[in-house]
Amino acid sequence: MQWISQVVFALILIAAIYFFSRNVGKIRRNILLGRDEDRSDNKPQRWRNMLRVAFGQSKMAARPIPFILHFIVYAGFILINIEVLEIILDGLFGTHRILSFMGPIYDVAIGFFEILGLGVLIACVLFLTRRFISRIPRFHKPEMAGWPTRDATIILISEIVLMTALLIMNGADQALQMLGNPHYIDAGANPVSGLYAGWMHGTFSEGQLIFIERACWWFHIIGILLFLNFLPYSKHFHIILAFPNTYYADLTPKGRFANIESVTNEVKMMLGLPDVDTNAPPPESFGAKDVQDLTWKNLMDAYSCTECGRCTSVCPANLTGKVLSPRKIMMDTRDRLEEVGKEMDSGVQPTEEKNLHSYISKEELWACTSCNACAEACPININPLNIIVQMRQYLVMEKSEAPNELNMMFNNIENNGAPWQFPASDRDAWANQV
Amino acid sequence: MSEPVHVPTVAEFAQRGETPEVLFWVGCAGSFDERAQKVTKAMVKILNHVGISYAILGKEESCSGDPAKRAGNEFLYQMQAMNNIAILNGYGIKKIITTCPHCFNTLKNEYPQMGGNYDVVHHSSYLQELIDSGKLTVEGGSFKGRKITYHDSCYLGRANNIYEAPRRVLEALDGELVELKRCRANGLCCGAGGAQVFKESESGDKEINVERAEEALSTGAGVIASNCPFCMTMLRDGVKHFNKEDDVEVLDLAELVSKANDL
Ligand code: SF4
Ligand code: SF4
Repeated sequence: MQWISQVVFALILIAAIYFFSRNVGKIRRNILLGRDEDRSDNKPQRWRNMLRVAFGQSKMAARPIPFILHFIVYAGFILINIEVLEIILDGLFGTHRILSFMGPIYDVAIGFFEILGLGVLIACVLFLTRRFISRIPRFHKPEMAGWPTRDATIILISEIVLMTALLIMNGADQALQMLGNPHYIDAGANPVSGLYAGWMHGTFSEGQLIFIERACWWFHIIGILLFLNFLPYSKHFHIILAFPNTYYADLTPKGRFANIESVTNEVKMMLGLPDVDTNAPPPESFGAKDVQDLTWKNLMDAYSCTECGRCTSVCPANLTGKVLSPRKIMMDTRDRLEEVGKEMDSGVQPTEEKNLHSYISKEELWACTSCNACAEACPININPLNIIVQMRQYLVMEKSEAPNELNMMFNNIENNGAPWQFPASDRDAWANQV
Repeated sequence: MSEPVHVPTVAEFAQRGETPEVLFWVGCAGSFDERAQKVTKAMVKILNHVGISYAILGKEESCSGDPAKRAGNEFLYQMQAMNNIAILNGYGIKKIITTCPHCFNTLKNEYPQMGGNYDVVHHSSYLQELIDSGKLTVEGGSFKGRKITYHDSCYLGRANNIYEAPRRVLEALDGELVELKRCRANGLCCGAGGAQVFKESESGDKEINVERAEEALSTGAGVIASNCPFCMTMLRDGVKHFNKEDDVEVLDLAELVSKANDL
């Protein structure tokens, strides 16, 4: 009989890994639809950034309460997964607590995981409280209506349920150890489940306890595999992408905007400069009309965004009631990219009229002050401003759709070298009055 | 007040076969905006006072291209950049100081991509250098003991991580520096950047500069120190919005230093 459950387990595991890899593969393909950009320089600095910002969560510390809660969940996620490894081995080999041969180390580890598991459970309850009872404003902006809020709720409730299953499983296991069931070897310290193991021991029969233990075990592992497969559909994918995303983050000062090289040749031609590359192919288009025009890093940013809204909560435009929300810029980029990816998968001809600008309005784009508060606030170094500027470039250089006042400003710079209408010959007039 | 000062141009230096040690990049606001011109003049007085060999480009200077670039007009930006770089390289300029953080950022971070490599210094860092090296001694003067608050401009702060230099300069004034609630990396924008200052803002429920001025006024400081001509405009308008312009002055770091020293 045991072999049946082993086979079932193996099949579930293979299916879970297969679907997960397939979806991750799609995300990877979608990210690589973006323009090339070289981020292979300065590897030591990149590793340091990743260790500090993603692994060490350094930017989360700006807000102490969510920092502590998030840190518990994060540490829980990483450490409790060691226990998942044991569950997988047990499932495949039909063993029970295969790693318990490690003796005291194992006991301490299990004890520690229990405390952590309880911590995660409490943290998730508090997260739900902050979201729905304290109603922290950044979780209730218009872009959070519908799926994004459901997504967050699903994640938090799943974690609560998974941790509960883990703790009940350990309680039943310990009760069975008390009964001296030979399969349930004496292993693990149970600082949390020990509190109710005695009660379980007194309340349930051995058969019932075995049933509870097995049910929780299956529930826990299937839950984790489902959770894994939910990730690619969820903002929760950040638990994976936060690492590469901080590794590849821009290392130059935030104020530096990249040069568009294809423009340089055109400008040289206009200015009649000698070193024009006459063989250069005419540039296809300027700025970002759609997601493919953004860089792959912009697209990775979009998939990494966890919709926490820290960017939006410090955006001067958003704070003063404008429609611009940097979080929405990231969410729209991801939604549009998903749409493009789905069109590719289904072989549907992409609809010409639809592009990233169908998601992000001009009103949003023109409200940005390029202040970089969003990029500074983002715990995983996402840069919404970079996308905004590329979309503006498309509006200005391809569509000539800048607001009128900005066109006047452009004209002034072109004609008199200043954004206002003053004659260039007066530029040093002030110098006569010092 | 002192004698009228002659502001030398790089061309004058070139005629003598010389290059100034530093170029003072004035910027469009510093050249044309009446309020910012006062900052320009204050800076010139400081440069004269410390006796450094400096010059301006005069009529040969042109917009750095920052507003065009932030607004998405890369063509116009690159044309400006190429022309300016041709002039700067032609004169063999090595070091540039400027009172505008937007010019500072563009010249320092973006011109190298187009072949313009200079040691670009914002005046807040330059003033700090002068004070630290003892070339400039600052007497607190009228600012001694007064409450001063400081507004971090986005292009000096977050864009370039310069938070300490301006504060060191203010500390030299012997005033009482009161920080804004949102300061340093968390500083709130004045609302001008990204070419916003050249257009009406999108509809919302408040102007950004009013939000920021409100915060600055709540510190009870009599002086709001700024380091950017555009922040200056925005903050002054914000202070006016609350009818506080008679009680609260918005002053640039260069003005504070030059006033304190009676230059
Ligand atoms: S850079 Fe633009 S989007 Fe980002 S916080 Fe500033 S105004 Fe908002
Ligand atoms: S961009 Fe960063 S700060 Fe903004 S919602 Fe996404 S993860 Fe949070």
